[in-house]
Amino acid sequence: MKNILWTLALCAAVTAQAETVYVTLEKDNALAVVDPIAGKLTKTVPVGQRPRGIAISPDNKFLYIATSDDDTIKIIDAETLEEVGRLPSGEDPETFAVSPDGSLMFVSNEDDSQVTVIDVQERKAIKEIKVGVEPEGIAASPNGRWVISASETTNMLHWIDTESLAIVDNTLVDPRPRALSFTADSKFVWATSEMAGTLTILDAETRQIIKNIKLEVPGVTFDKIQPVGVAIDKDNRWGYVALGPANRVAVINAKTYEVEKFLLVGERVWNLAFSPDQKRLYTTNGVSNDISIIDLASHKVTKSVGVGRYPWGVVAKP
Amino acid sequence: MIVRSLLLGISMLSLTVFVAQAEQKQEIEIVYFTQEKIAPPALSNLDPFIKDKGELGAELAIDDNNTTGQFTGQLYKLNKIIVPIDGDVAQEFNDKIAGKFSFVVANLPVDDLLKIIDANQPEQTLIFDTGTTDDSLRQRCGADVLHILPSRAMRADALAQYLLKKRWTKWFLVTGASDEDKLFAAAIKRSAKRFGMKIVAEKAWDHTYDARRTAQSDVPVFTQGVDYDILIVADEQGLFGEYLDYRTWIPRPVVGTQGLIATSWHRTHEQWGAVQIQNRFKEQKGRWMEEADYGAYLAIRAVGEAATRTQSSQLNDIKPYLLSDKLTLQGYKGRPLSFRIWNGQLRQPLLLAAPRSLVAVAPIEGFLHPKTELDTLGYDQPETKCK
Repeated sequence: MKNILWTLALCAAVTAQAETVYVTLEKDNALAVVDPIAGKLTKTVPVGQRPRGIAISPDNKFLYIATSDDDTIKIIDAETLEEVGRLPSGEDPETFAVSPDGSLMFVSNEDDSQVTVIDVQERKAIKEIKVGVEPEGIAASPNGRWVISASETTNMLHWIDTESLAIVDNTLVDPRPRALSFTADSKFVWATSEMAGTLTILDAETRQIIKNIKLEVPGVTFDKIQPVGVAIDKDNRWGYVALGPANRVAVINAKTYEVEKFLLVGERVWNLAFSPDQKRLYTTNGVSNDISIIDLASHKVTKSVGVGRYPWGVVAKP
Repeated sequence: MIVRSLLLGISMLSLTVFVAQAEQKQEIEIVYFTQEKIAPPALSNLDPFIKDKGELGAELAIDDNNTTGQFTGQLYKLNKIIVPIDGDVAQEFNDKIAGKFSFVVANLPVDDLLKIIDANQPEQTLIFDTGTTDDSLRQRCGADVLHILPSRAMRADALAQYLLKKRWTKWFLVTGASDEDKLFAAAIKRSAKRFGMKIVAEKAWDHTYDARRTAQSDVPVFTQGVDYDILIVADEQGLFGEYLDYRTWIPRPVVGTQGLIATSWHRTHEQWGAVQIQNRFKEQKGRWMEEADYGAYLAIRAVGEAATRTQSSQLNDIKPYLLSDKLTLQGYKGRPLSFRIWNGQLRQPLLLAAPRSLVAVAPIEGFLHPKTELDTLGYDQPETKCK
């Protein structure tokens, strides 16, 4: 009897923790589906040519996947993994941001130096906004006020007003800005600069830079420290920055902006995603073809899971 | 209330600045200076002669600079000065450029470049050399000229690092008849010494016109009787190097100026955002980006980067920025590029490319340097007399 209860309790625990992690595989033209609790790759499905950016709809029903060489963003049913539609993203979509209410999508078109705004419901492009050369990272503020597009070769953050869908300000940052993220309260923006090895923190109210952090890892030459993905927890306690070929994730105190720790993950770590409960962080490691799972309570890497060739983007669903 | 009016005052002030910028753009004019070329002799018709190598790279860079300029209130202009085949480069420089422009991208051979360096006043004009790979030019100390393309020594070192990693340490060196070939061979010998490799045979390829000579019969005999790991060819013009592969007496790969080459740009290169610029270039210009295009592109992007950061169009602001450790030029090769201040050479990774495959990128992992691994390629500061 005791045994049965124990098993039941265990089952309940497992169900409560059920979670799915989706990883785009740039070179395999596929999507990897991972069970992060078991630490296992559960399946791999073909998804289109050169899949990179990935996001999940606010209701967790649909995945959006930028299949760059198909020049589209596919809408995939998160349960069946069937394609249910396509969005007119413009050419060579790589990264995109979804507005907090899920109605609009903002897509970086690297080759055309523009951001395409898509009405998700209508599946229609409603505006093209000219930005700097090679726009890459893009983020929407949780309060719906801003979308910021980072252009890699122009080295600027372009502040797009979501009412007028026009640029109202530009901030020059360090060379090759790659990714950015708002804090959950929409007050601050963290932006990484790949070539300079820096993290810039901006005040979203004044649109001014308040802090620039040079990321330095003991024993690694400066030119290998190439920050890309950035994620900040919802309590604004810790921020995490993927350092590319330095093969580490920097753990940064979001109050003091001190770098407290470096976690060794796989090779050429690029993008990051939290588990829905924010107990874990997932990293895509492009060269070692795996993802790392970081336990956030202990700040320790607990597991790496081989997923396929060139894992690029990652997202988790409860 | 006071605070509010103060805030209003500040926002109006910034508005005025913005309007002034929109009306009056800072202009930065860059000269692209080259001479028309005659099509050289070629081994085959596979690769057509490209007249505008370099020029189209300059055009793309100006466009990229101007996309940024629309946000910074700066306007870049490209002024192409192309000397006719029978024209005098030094004369044209004196008449049209000297004292008139701050930035000149010179895509010229060594002799012509030296002439314009002699005629130039460095405090008035900064010359970007995008045409030479000559090491002696880079032994002139100081940075009155910025050399964008990797020197022959850098290329040879890049190859040597890879060959050492593969443990292909016994080299057979074949050198063509031109002076350039001999300079390339000298760079190879320097690298061999530097990385402890052994040149087990060295032969000159002479061009005779005996009708009985064919590649099929010549190359096996030419390479017979030597035990070696790799055949290194020095043939910068491409007059015979392509004949060597698959025709040697014993089966050995070919590297150097043909086969596996070390270059700053190649069409097989896709990593680190390179695929984006390859696509942009091909779409706009209708052909692949060549190394000369990449050189001109980087030179003009360097001016743009410095002008954006310093918010200035003046040589006095831009040149010190270019030569400072603040410069982190983005070159689509995974590491920030900057200039070696002792001789003006751009430090950069080199691509080791086969015709249809990117084999490796140098510096090869494991070749260490106290400052930056990029300085494991070519003459490092302690090896020069420069300070």
